[in-house]
Amino acid sequence: MEAGTSPESTETTNGAPDGWVGQAIKRKEDPRFITGTGRYIDDMTIPGMLHMAVVRSPEAHAAIVSIDKSEAEAMEGVVAVYTADDLPVEGGIPMVWDPPGVEVNTPEHMPLKSGEVKCVGDPVAVVLGTSKYGVVDAAELVIVEYEPKPVVVDPEAALEEGSPLVWDQFGTNKTHEWALAGGEDVGAAISGADVVVEQRIVNHRTAAAAIECRGCMAEARGDQITLFSSTQIPHITRFLMAGMLGMSEDHIRVVAPDVGGGFGGKLNTYAEEVLVCAISRKLGRPVKWIETRSENMSNTAHGRDQIATITLAAKSDGQVTGVRAKIVSDLGAYFQILTPFIAELGFPVAGGCYKIGGIDLHFTGVFTNKFATDAVRGAGRPEMTHWIEVMMDQLAQRLDMDPLELRRKNFIPTDEFPFTTALDITYDSGDYHGTLDKLLTHLDVDEFRREQAELRERGIHRGLGFSTYVEVCGLAPSRAVGPQGVGLQAAFWESAAVRVHPSGSATVYSGSSPHGQGLDTSFAQIAADRLGISPEQVDVLHGDTNQGPFGWGTYGSRSLSVGGEAIARASERVQAKAKKICAALLEAAPEDIELAGGEFRVRGQPDKTMTMADIAGAAHIPPNELPADIEPGLEETAFYDPENFVFPFGAHACIVDVDTETGKVEVKRWVAVDDCGPAINPMLIDGQVHGGVAHGIGQALYEQVVYDEEGQLVTGSFVDYALPTAAEVPMFETDRQETRSPVNSLGVKGVGEAGTIAATPAVVNAVVDALRPLGIDYLDMPLTPMRIWQAIEEAKGRGEGPRATEQGSDAGPHGRGAAGSGPTHPDGGGVA
Amino acid sequence: MSTVRLRAVVNGEQRESAVDPRLLLVHWLRDELGLTGTHVGCDTSNCGACTCLLDGAAVKSCTVLAVQAEGAELETIEGMGTDADLHPLQAAFREEHGLQCGYCTPGMIMAAEGLLRRNPSPTEEEVKSGLEGNLCRCTGYHNIVKSVITASKHGGRAGSRETEGAQA
Repeated sequence: MEAGTSPESTETTNGAPDGWVGQAIKRKEDPRFITGTGRYIDDMTIPGMLHMAVVRSPEAHAAIVSIDKSEAEAMEGVVAVYTADDLPVEGGIPMVWDPPGVEVNTPEHMPLKSGEVKCVGDPVAVVLGTSKYGVVDAAELVIVEYEPKPVVVDPEAALEEGSPLVWDQFGTNKTHEWALAGGEDVGAAISGADVVVEQRIVNHRTAAAAIECRGCMAEARGDQITLFSSTQIPHITRFLMAGMLGMSEDHIRVVAPDVGGGFGGKLNTYAEEVLVCAISRKLGRPVKWIETRSENMSNTAHGRDQIATITLAAKSDGQVTGVRAKIVSDLGAYFQILTPFIAELGFPVAGGCYKIGGIDLHFTGVFTNKFATDAVRGAGRPEMTHWIEVMMDQLAQRLDMDPLELRRKNFIPTDEFPFTTALDITYDSGDYHGTLDKLLTHLDVDEFRREQAELRERGIHRGLGFSTYVEVCGLAPSRAVGPQGVGLQAAFWESAAVRVHPSGSATVYSGSSPHGQGLDTSFAQIAADRLGISPEQVDVLHGDTNQGPFGWGTYGSRSLSVGGEAIARASERVQAKAKKICAALLEAAPEDIELAGGEFRVRGQPDKTMTMADIAGAAHIPPNELPADIEPGLEETAFYDPENFVFPFGAHACIVDVDTETGKVEVKRWVAVDDCGPAINPMLIDGQVHGGVAHGIGQALYEQVVYDEEGQLVTGSFVDYALPTAAEVPMFETDRQETRSPVNSLGVKGVGEAGTIAATPAVVNAVVDALRPLGIDYLDMPLTPMRIWQAIEEAKGRGEGPRATEQGSDAGPHGRGAAGSGPTHPDGGGVA
Repeated sequence: MSTVRLRAVVNGEQRESAVDPRLLLVHWLRDELGLTGTHVGCDTSNCGACTCLLDGAAVKSCTVLAVQAEGAELETIEGMGTDADLHPLQAAFREEHGLQCGYCTPGMIMAAEGLLRRNPSPTEEEVKSGLEGNLCRCTGYHNIVKSVITASKHGGRAGSRETEGAQA
């Protein structure tokens, strides 16, 4: 740790009694949003701007025989119609994972397709025109003749001999295999185990589904291009755009305006961003494209879509001795920037919060005729957490043991942190018993069990499920995940520049790119404490490559623990210089200057004080008393690369009622105790947990991206892709514990994805708890009414339920494939 | 292209345009009147980001033709309040942290306004079912529900803020 950055040496008080950090102050972002004066991408126009509409493939796999654009070109208001032949670009969308020693079959991913289309929604032409409605009309007039080819949508079928190939050139649909094992031999643990539980667990395809779709607008002027884009990664986008456009970075500016939610879906560089730039350059006019929701469902990266086969070995007393996971990931037809790495990204928390002797992971990626999967809130960690937390309940059931007792028995003991796992990952800090104990102060399990038994007598099936999760975030130590680590061709430090203005207010430039998290506020709190001013005097700027240093963006719950730490460090450098100036003017030694109560003062001489405004004035208009070796100005920059990840954790409980007549699940109660270290702003933490859990409830119960056997997207809008509404989520009961991380001086860990990571197994465990008396011991998500009803009927058919009938279904609880997309369509959307 | 004359009162001001008969109300508000606080999120009237009030009732302006507003009174987020004089719902959304990315927020506030005009003192359950037509991906709804309840206790109905005070 650098000098001057340890918590002990940081002075953090000013006008707020105990500093601004820790206070639930209201958000700096809110005034524009509540008055309708936010500035999102679709709110922006430039004189002379053209609208772009994309002609997309209705076929999941086909050769393009011909494209006739003459009728569209003749339409009034249409300026141009381009196909791939008309619009050469230097390269396609890059994929940035190149794992040492592993070959990843990586296809070309050009922004416009020529020759063949590989999934529904593939862009084959674009129409440019002066009218927003007109370009959509003209796109309908572009006649594309396709010759359909065989389609494969099931990732397991795609791996079978003789399957249709998505990419002939590779001779297989397998993209790569990646294996990782550590600790004791898992094979030996399994063969020597008292009990072995095994389960195939489908973590289905979902959508990020930010309420704002994607959109972008490019303006080429001279040899400069400005790209405005609804993105989580403006700086990375510029870097990648330079390669795709064959331009120098200094000729490209990327601006992320207000972004209406990301959830991983905007952690990417997309075809349309390249297209608007290339076309604006070609035509010399600004070009804007705004995604429709249907395009968002077909052409913004999906998430999850993994099938895990898990084997858990344990002793008869419940001690888990080894775990093996074989994971097949459906990657779709193309790679977005991180596609093949998403499942693997969760590996540091394989095994969860448990002390497990051996861990053995094997990943297989598969091409199918669907759009790419990539990051969606949690990206790899919800999947890892889901299977270990579901399996702990399975093991508890097998051992006839209380699931919480089993968890406690296997928790990494609090006195063993920092703890190095079987995979040689070091969990920074933790107290898993603490969060579970605290959870149980809010929830009386014995009372619940009495109530549950009573309700069962009356035919009401209520269940209680737990999830005790640990998350890995704070992406990331570059050495661990960069080219010489797991092989990402990137680094993951973060930047901050802190500029104090002559009057004493400040501007903070962050390389993070927040889009709803409230980081303008928490970043201002961090800087304010270190500068001796209030958060209202700190403006936080981000999302513009022409303002502030290069930065890696907002994702992976990294912005506070990496970006916030960079701001703390830059602010402390400013504070150190301010103390030197103050010392010179008050005729004291710099080490005798302290910052307290919003004032810089000489220790022991309370009458000798200066405010930041006084010091900033002197820094900008230096009095002659200031020694010549103090440079004018008051601005510092910091670049921070963490030495380790951070590992937030917590305990969540979910109570559900299941209507066994209709299969409908109602979430009655949610109790969450999370530990993400010391709170910068507790109000924001609660908000992140609420939203994260709702996202997880959505996946567990309603949401699913469904393609049918022909590769047609069944869930092409919010009519079919069912997000939870206010009526479907409970009011949340949240509490916190604060265990410092030793990784950064703030002691903080991320919280943006924690709720989503925690939630799905708690729901599944609760529903299974409710239905176990009916003979149901496992269910795959989403737990739609149809899936649950079928599972109940199938259990009856097996004679395990209270009433055996002839009814049943071949799409049972263990069956592969989709089973409906939500409460609005309980009997539709299946492919089984 | 033949156009149709459209006259409507928008946020208290008489506005008039010649519009394409197929123009959606949301695009009239956003693209012709510059009222970009009303957002488009789904195109199918599922998400409610485009909610505004038409003759006092909440409608999803992405599935209303502009010409259907002929002679009507329209209210959008821009007409609710200003920084200096927030509407009780706007103040409550800030107070209760009822927004994150802000994209659904104008539609949520307008839907809530429609709800409070029908039911000035809703229960938690009534707020939840009343906002069922508006999607939010950020907040998990918890603080949105609290915001509406808070606003209802502080003069949530438009026009009553002078007497009840805007601050939650």
